[in-house]
Amino acid sequence: MTALGKFFRTTAFKLTLVYTMLFALFGVAILGYFAFNTRRLITEQITQTVDAEITGLSEQHRQGGIRLLVSVIDDRSRRPGSSLYLVSNFAGESLAGNVGSLPHGVLDRPGWAETVYRRLDEQDGADHSALVRVVQMPGGFRLLVGRDLEEREHIYRILIATGRWSIALVVVLGLAGGFFVTRRVLKRIDAMSETSRVIMAGDLGGRLPIAGTGDELDRLAESLNGMLERIEALMRGLKEVSDNIAHDLKTPLTRLRNRSEEALRTAKGEADYRAALETTIEESDKLIRTFNALLMIAQAESGQARDNMVVLDAGDVVRGIGDLYEPLAEEKGLGLRVETDGPAPVRGNRELISQALANLVDNAIKYGRPATEGAPSEIPAEIVVRTRTDGGEVFIEVSDRGTGIPEADRSRVVQRFVRLEQSRSLPGSGLGLSLAAAVARLHSGELKLVDNNPGLTTIIALPRAEPLQSEA
Amino acid sequence: MRLLIIEDDRDAADYLVKAFREVGHVADQAPDGEEGLALALEGQYDVLIVDRMLPKLDGLTVIGTLRAKGIETPALILSALGQVDDRVKGLRAGGDDYLPKPYSFAELLARIEVLARRRGGRGEETVYRVGDLELDRLSHSVKRGDDEIVLQPREFRLLEYLMKHSGQVVTRTMLLENVWDYHFDPQTNVIDVHISRLRAKIDKGFAQPLLHTIRGAGYMVRST
Repeated sequence: MTALGKFFRTTAFKLTLVYTMLFALFGVAILGYFAFNTRRLITEQITQTVDAEITGLSEQHRQGGIRLLVSVIDDRSRRPGSSLYLVSNFAGESLAGNVGSLPHGVLDRPGWAETVYRRLDEQDGADHSALVRVVQMPGGFRLLVGRDLEEREHIYRILIATGRWSIALVVVLGLAGGFFVTRRVLKRIDAMSETSRVIMAGDLGGRLPIAGTGDELDRLAESLNGMLERIEALMRGLKEVSDNIAHDLKTPLTRLRNRSEEALRTAKGEADYRAALETTIEESDKLIRTFNALLMIAQAESGQARDNMVVLDAGDVVRGIGDLYEPLAEEKGLGLRVETDGPAPVRGNRELISQALANLVDNAIKYGRPATEGAPSEIPAEIVVRTRTDGGEVFIEVSDRGTGIPEADRSRVVQRFVRLEQSRSLPGSGLGLSLAAAVARLHSGELKLVDNNPGLTTIIALPRAEPLQSEA
Repeated sequence: MRLLIIEDDRDAADYLVKAFREVGHVADQAPDGEEGLALALEGQYDVLIVDRMLPKLDGLTVIGTLRAKGIETPALILSALGQVDDRVKGLRAGGDDYLPKPYSFAELLARIEVLARRRGGRGEETVYRVGDLELDRLSHSVKRGDDEIVLQPREFRLLEYLMKHSGQVVTRTMLLENVWDYHFDPQTNVIDVHISRLRAKIDKGFAQPLLHTIRGAGYMVRST
């Protein structure tokens, strides 16, 4: 694309062109209106003057007869100016006046007419145009009074000429202005494109230039910079995650490899080999689980599952998961109590919310044993799974009486693969809370960890949905 | 049992054919959707195993075409996608079961056997009997010999599912899906605890156990 081609293709230039044309059209319309009205005004003035004169002359005719009229006309005809007079007899012969010749028939039609004429006092006999009124006088006489239209046409011509020049000026100035503005905008856009190319080339830290004028280009640049900020943060997060994944998957893979190697080295028969292979399958299953959990988190974070959301009662989810985990809790010597308090409608994916809650309950069962095991306590070592509604929010809570999580660690444990020192001996992937948090975020909610004094309460806070229309 | 495996991954298909042969089933394979559809249309198969993503014609289209032609051979969809909506889409397209990759062969085999016996199975019977254990689906009562056994509603549904498929291996995932309607993987094996509770109620104090654990696969209710 040539520089000029690029210039003509810009939005700014196209806009300029449109505006210039619009202004030119407005100019034509306004001047046309002005010219038309001026012309009408002059015509009006002429008719009024002519009417007044005819009234006066008729009066004189009535008083002094045709002789007085002829002499008055004769007198007035000699004065210089644009006034036209003519008195003729019934045969159409001129008795007095300054009009030389008229087109045939003008004198025969009483009333107003625009006509051409020739003046008596002019030698060359050029045609002029005039606005005249013819009146029939008693005795077959006709009186013509009029005005030359030279003046009116002159003014009209001036207006037209002004119009032409103004429009030419509008077009020239408009294009020049457009050129200037376009060049300025183009410069800034080019600067933005340049920065974008740098960013595309890999420098995610680059930001678009802001002129500081607060105009729309600045606002656009600010929005784009905000977007870049977010993308950079996401990319950083992604990098961190993949680093973590690489690191955290290496550990079990190494273990898997070591055990297989050990079996090859030391196994003494089929039973040993079988045992080693079974361990291998178990370890692989754990890895697959970890991968599945990571995929689930990624899926929840991408927001894809948002299409399949329906309004459901969080109480049902809580009862379902409570039912699934109650025997396990009991086996571990913990009570599990479900508390639901009225309808708790939320808009969501049952499967995902159930899975998030299952992770929280699983954690509570794993870590929920009282710190001083066996010691008598007034607080029962019980896990409570409950729903609670408060204003526009629905809370799905899991409370345990375990050792809890120190406040300083609470934001950390939600990250992928983060496991606290005290929990490393227990089985787990370090992804349960991450998944719960991702699911909460997918549902426009959040995961909160608060103190249960003693113990931990994990809360999935979700926006309350419109209540179910029917029980069906 | 005669199976058709429509799978473009040659290694995976070979592995399945071999594994099915070892347990006494015959399996044909087709490497793409078109060939798979042609085979499924002309051959007599008990179950189809269809990969979701196939060259030429994807798995869901293959199943959809078969169903449109009135062929109701049970189909199990294998998918690497494994996302929340995939299962729903697969079942909506006419699939009868859905298994995300990677899967264990024991899981696949258990599901295939359940699918193959679905027709003409005991789905419509009102009373299930295994040995001296009797479950009445209408009155929601369970008896072992002359002893009435009181079960929680969830335990009843668990036993109902196990007895419906008596003599067949039922995996933990199958129980989680069919009894609880959950399709995720609970990290801890919650199902085992439910089973041991149920076992305490139906087998405790009787000489012959009916609820068996099948190692590396799942559970089975049988009398011998």
